[in-house]
Amino acid sequence: MSLEAMLIIAAVLFAIGLYGSLARRNVLAVLMSVELMFNAVNLTFVALAKYVAPAGLKENLAENLGGVLTGQVFAVFIITVAAAEIALGLGIVFAMYRNTESVDLTEAAELRN
Amino acid sequence: MAIGAALGVVLIRDLFRAALLLVLVFVSVAGFYVMLNAEFLAVVQVLIYVGAISILIIFAVMLTRDVQQGNLPNRLQLPAVLFAALLLSALVVVTIDTDWDLIPDDVQEKVSLVQTSAVAIIDTEDLESSGFTEEEQSAAKEAGLADLLIGDFVLPFEAVSVLLLAALIGALVLMRPRPPESSE
Repeated sequence: MSLEAMLIIAAVLFAIGLYGSLARRNVLAVLMSVELMFNAVNLTFVALAKYVAPAGLKENLAENLGGVLTGQVFAVFIITVAAAEIALGLGIVFAMYRNTESVDLTEAAELRN
Repeated sequence: MAIGAALGVVLIRDLFRAALLLVLVFVSVAGFYVMLNAEFLAVVQVLIYVGAISILIIFAVMLTRDVQQGNLPNRLQLPAVLFAALLLSALVVVTIDTDWDLIPDDVQEKVSLVQTSAVAIIDTEDLESSGFTEEEQSAAKEAGLADLLIGDFVLPFEAVSVLLLAALIGALVLMRPRPPESSE
């Protein structure tokens, strides 16, 4: 598959996640949509790492060979942050559920004066 | 398949089925990683997303009792569709319009070899059959995810470990049962 096809798939995934996180009422659905967006970004990083040359790769392959893995390193970091995010997010969801007996975002208005 | 499942995640009313479809999305993204030479990432994806995150989400879906009510949209539906479609079209236009500086085909094979063996030791025979010069062979043997993580990226690596610790403690604090009213 070509780079463009991969990037477009990732863009579609991201747009779906964006729609889901904006238009859903349930906190858990929003969290799932955020995970979709994380995956889309990861896919973009890895696709670009495969197809696009880091600076200087063409001139001096030997000295820049490690650079072809940079995109994957970024994806590793994003996966780590996503794991931390989902743990904290679910903690907040449970705290909210304990207080209000609801996971409906439109009802979470305690901060509104 | 990935896109259909992702659509299901945001459109299906039954939240439990949405969570299961999310697992399907994660697995197909792992498949994409294999196609894109990132085998280590595919394994990590299956372990962390499919194994851990989706279990957590399904847990949460079952623990909260709003499941019957389902996955209702809110009043922002139309603006959200418009905004997502706008962003999608912008991204697609940029993707197609850009003149990508692609890795030339003769180098692509070498790059693939380095990327697929990011966490493994490369055979010298494989390197020779792919046309690596002597200098490039030693560079290829050194190149690896671990080398980058504790080399060039050691600062974000440490920062991420502190972030994970902080998230862990934060989640524990959030989930702690409220202490009974102190009798002072």
